[in-house]
Amino acid sequence: MHGRPRKPLKPEEGAASFAKAANLRTLQAQLLHNHHHKIYIKDALDLSSKLLEINPEAYTAWNYRKLAVEHNLRSETDPDSIKAILSEELRLVESALRRNFKSYGAWHHRKWVLSKGNSSLDHEFRLLDQFQKADSRNFHAWNYRRFVAALKNVSEEEELKFTTDMINTNFSNYSAWHNRSVLLSHLLKQRVQGYFPREKVLTEEYDLVHQALFTDPDDQSGWFYHLWLLDQTVKPDAPLLVSSWPVHGSDLIISLGRNLDGRALSPFTSFHSDTGEFPLILYFNQAVEGVDSSTVTVESVFDKNADLMWRPLLTNNSGNAQVWVTYLKLPDVKDHSLKAYPVGVSIGHTQGIISSGGSHYSHPSQFEFTVSLQPIDSEHAERGPGTEMVVWKDGNFHTNKTILQDVSPTIDYFDQLRIEKDIEPTTSMWHAKTVANEIVLFRELLSEINCKIGKLTLARLLIGHDSIMSYNKTPYSYKRVYSQEVLELLSDLMKLDPSHSRYYKDEHSLVLMCQVTSNKELLLRHCWYYKESTSWSIHNSICLRLNNLSLSRIGSVENLLWVQMLDLSHNELRSIEGLEGMQLLSCLNLSNNKLSSFTALEPLRLLKSLKVLDISYNELGAHSIDTTRYLCSSPLSHTVGSDWDVDKCETDDVKVTNYWDVVLIFRGLHLTQLDIVGNAISDDKFKLLLAKVLPSLKWLDGEDVC
Amino acid sequence: MAEEEDISHPSIDPTFYDLIVVGTGLPESIIAAASSAAGKSVLHLDSNSFYGSHFSSLPLDDFASFLQSQRNVSRTESPSSIAGAVAVSGDCISVDLKLRRLYSDIEICSHASPEVLAPSRKFSLDLSGPRVLFCADSTVDLMLKSGASHHIEFKSVDASFVYSGDGRLSSVPDSRASIFKDRSLGLTEKNQLMRFFKLVQEHIGSAASFGDEKEKNGRISEEDLESPFVEFLKKQRLPQKIKSYRSHCPYLFVNQVSNLIILYAIAMADYDQDNLEDCKNLLKTKDGIESLALYHSSVGRFPNALGALIYPIYGQGEIPQAFCRCAAVKGALYVLRMPVTALLIDKGSRHYKGVRLASGQDLFSHQLIVDPSFIVPSPSVLPLPDLLQESSESSSLREVKVKVARGVCITRHSIKPDLSNLLVVFPPRSLYSEQVTSIRALQLDSNLAVCPSGLFVLYLSALCDDTNQGKKLLHAAMDALFTVSISENPENSAAPVQSEGIEGEVKPSLLWSAMYIQELATDSSEAINSAPMPDGNLNYMNLLDATVKMFHNMYPEEGFFVETMASENIEDDGGLSD
Repeated sequence: MHGRPRKPLKPEEGAASFAKAANLRTLQAQLLHNHHHKIYIKDALDLSSKLLEINPEAYTAWNYRKLAVEHNLRSETDPDSIKAILSEELRLVESALRRNFKSYGAWHHRKWVLSKGNSSLDHEFRLLDQFQKADSRNFHAWNYRRFVAALKNVSEEEELKFTTDMINTNFSNYSAWHNRSVLLSHLLKQRVQGYFPREKVLTEEYDLVHQALFTDPDDQSGWFYHLWLLDQTVKPDAPLLVSSWPVHGSDLIISLGRNLDGRALSPFTSFHSDTGEFPLILYFNQAVEGVDSSTVTVESVFDKNADLMWRPLLTNNSGNAQVWVTYLKLPDVKDHSLKAYPVGVSIGHTQGIISSGGSHYSHPSQFEFTVSLQPIDSEHAERGPGTEMVVWKDGNFHTNKTILQDVSPTIDYFDQLRIEKDIEPTTSMWHAKTVANEIVLFRELLSEINCKIGKLTLARLLIGHDSIMSYNKTPYSYKRVYSQEVLELLSDLMKLDPSHSRYYKDEHSLVLMCQVTSNKELLLRHCWYYKESTSWSIHNSICLRLNNLSLSRIGSVENLLWVQMLDLSHNELRSIEGLEGMQLLSCLNLSNNKLSSFTALEPLRLLKSLKVLDISYNELGAHSIDTTRYLCSSPLSHTVGSDWDVDKCETDDVKVTNYWDVVLIFRGLHLTQLDIVGNAISDDKFKLLLAKVLPSLKWLDGEDVC
Repeated sequence: MAEEEDISHPSIDPTFYDLIVVGTGLPESIIAAASSAAGKSVLHLDSNSFYGSHFSSLPLDDFASFLQSQRNVSRTESPSSIAGAVAVSGDCISVDLKLRRLYSDIEICSHASPEVLAPSRKFSLDLSGPRVLFCADSTVDLMLKSGASHHIEFKSVDASFVYSGDGRLSSVPDSRASIFKDRSLGLTEKNQLMRFFKLVQEHIGSAASFGDEKEKNGRISEEDLESPFVEFLKKQRLPQKIKSYRSHCPYLFVNQVSNLIILYAIAMADYDQDNLEDCKNLLKTKDGIESLALYHSSVGRFPNALGALIYPIYGQGEIPQAFCRCAAVKGALYVLRMPVTALLIDKGSRHYKGVRLASGQDLFSHQLIVDPSFIVPSPSVLPLPDLLQESSESSSLREVKVKVARGVCITRHSIKPDLSNLLVVFPPRSLYSEQVTSIRALQLDSNLAVCPSGLFVLYLSALCDDTNQGKKLLHAAMDALFTVSISENPENSAAPVQSEGIEGEVKPSLLWSAMYIQELATDSSEAINSAPMPDGNLNYMNLLDATVKMFHNMYPEEGFFVETMASENIEDDGGLSD
């Protein structure tokens, strides 16, 4: 079934296939005639089986037979005749499958017949044994096996044993390993006798797959199973809150205007609000659903809990999101007192927050902070971000040690960004130990042979180890010891395996971001003061500069919820997924990256505070759809486009429908400054459109918009 | 096919053939089939009432009596006794045939009550055991090509084991699947072993695609190929010690156990490859690699054969019989129970030209092939009357240097409780320090229809220089596998003698055993084609090579099974029963 070379047709074979095609066309025409006239007599049925036995892929013929069976069964009451009708269908499918084992239509028809009952399931198993002997890896047969096993109520343990036998015969069998993971997932979840504790079962599975990986590392099927196991080990089962903004214990100062007392405000605790609202952000360890006012209680003077609207921050419509946000309304403050209003947030005290895997949020937690309001300064009411043009040049960024030292006490809040969790120590011990064992084993394997997938697995293990260890420790007491090694492995892989270099690049970026953001000292090195030299105002902002790092993706956003000014220029970003979590972001530099479509900018739509955006010198307009989406989330899951009205921004000169992607991204934003020069799309007409779509715009490509 | 039993030996007609073959052993049967397929007229005779001669499988009683019948044959020590009586009649000289003594030192012991072994006919014991076929070996190819495979069904041998010094049987990790399953191997060991096997496959693959420059890197250097295999193995990074084998083997000089397994259990080397003094056949890397390649291409050749080895249902005797059927289909004439008393030599040309049957009838042919159990002198050394001179210095035509000791054991329990058909190899010096050759044992159970259900048959063989050495080898192996219960009484045998103990704890007891020494001779007379006798190997490949050579010597113009079968559905014909 596998590895058979295709031979060119000989002339006489060509003639034969021509005759066959002519015959098929006649049969097909007759069948369609019968189908349209609803002729279900025996001769007509015989004709369709003749067609299907020659060409099992004729799915119209299968559908016709379904109608015919339905029709004939309606008038039939004799159980023997009913059985005869159905077994004729099974016979036909069987001979069709003998012709083409991989015919979807035939397998589907068989399932349909079986679901009518009245057929011997034992016979199906015998048939499957034959088919699986002929081709042990065929996924149609395996799919069908799952179907029949469920119908017959064969225990999952028995089916698991079948996969063991198949793997023992030939472990190069993706389908068998896959079915094993499916069955085990169920058995573990239901804690079936003998499949508990989970740790014991997984340890045995590791042992089994090691035999395959070491015997023949060139065979990939085992590696995929290992990846599944690793996922089961490293990925936490239950959803947890990993970080929030504002941070637990922080004293938040919110200014509605610009504060002018010359004191550098910590970016971690101060926030400027134009809209009279401030965000409350919850960042979970995995995508969850069910975050609402019944599962999260916010106690404050600002809003009644019940009135709070929680929104998932996502760019697809799966309903599950890792980041959830709500906006709290600030009271109208007339007195200028710096009164601190306490806010308490508690999560998960009632059930309802569920991960996509079906696990419940099981570690109720709470955090609190205070909010004080900076009064509006009437004189400089217009001095918030976006009131002055931001110039992203190195000269405007300063590291001033004394200032940074001033700031560093406040940056300590950073340590509290994360919320402590209590995980049962015994199970987490197992996770850490298992991963450590795996690391030792694969180092051993790599000392024997040079193997790409082995290197990748080692990198994944090291990442997994670091993330487990960092989970168990209090934040930042654990240093990510393996980051450097992982980065080296991935760089190595980029060279060894150029055809997958983008994947390795993405992984490299994620690890690098994690390394940079999870360590206070390293993070401080990337924090700069922005101060324009010619500016008359004391415009002090802290900017996180992650430029020139060859990043192709963004990660570790949970550590960066506080960021208001971010420089990601001169990287290799093709996607900015994850950026939507930074709800406070007001100034963003994405210039000199590899963004090639406006749809790749979709996360920006969710950044309500964004005022200043630099997307110059990318490849925008080169493609209309973000092709990286095919690697990330589903390209079919667009949330956009359903609710917009084209006429609103229609102009005489520009046909908006040509720029639908541009309008989609920008129409919800309130940018004051946009740099878009140096892209495939920027011409004068386009600029006119932008001015129309973005009425708040003051500067476009460094020029005043009048 | 066979003529009806008739004591009076009916006369055979016609009296002239292209080829007369005396004896229905495997080589003779293959030649008969090949010659018939090439359009020759063939007469195939056998003095026995069964097919197969020394390659036959016999019921228990017949097996014993066949061996015993050899006792009456005189030893062929003195040169003067080589030739039988010579007589001249017409233009022919007739030379009475003498049997050579192929088997000696036959020891048959029964420890069981007679009723256990009573269904004698239910046994089918191989005279030339232990034997198996490798799925990819030339014999299997020949059976597929000639159509002989239509007459036989095979089953696969479940597993192979190596005997380790402490009395345990370690499984042989001989294939990808068995390396995967073998938990006695460490993970790194699995990797090293599998990589070595891949190296072999790569080498064979690159040798196959000859001329392609790119493929050269997978190849083993010429220098390595000519070096001893054992040295080549030492150069490979193979697992030093296999965990299961780590228990000490006091007599073993080999420190690399995987080498041991590869040498003796996969490449099937006979002599201790580490000890050059005792080693009569040092395996070259080239040959070792070839053996490994054969083994590996055997694994998985047929989807329903688990391992590399297969065994014919009803015993090895089925194979010569199948070839006889092929020959008969193509028109060969078969006469069993027809002893040949003398060979006829043409007076003028001094060539063999016919046979005299026990019935007294003379039959003539262009070519003649005889069973290895006959002593056939070369016409030139015959003391012919008209030459009137005594041949004095003629040496024995068959120089017998090496012998093979064979044993057959019957037990009620498997030596490995969970398996029935298996091969065990005792590498040199695994049993005692003077053990210079490896001993191979093949256990079969009743699902191969070689014994009554509930019993097991185990064959043993080892090369030896003399009888004492041979018997010592087999006795040591039997002691390692079985207990001999001397005092077995009828009541005892009715109840199960042993509980199915944990592996290695209780050895099965021996119900019956036979042991005999078989002569090995390779030399063949120039004037007459004397078919080769069973050799000491596990498969028939060497015998087949000799047979093919013999055929081409006889018929240089003819192809060996050419037009018999289109090659396209060869694989489909590989009928293995489940």
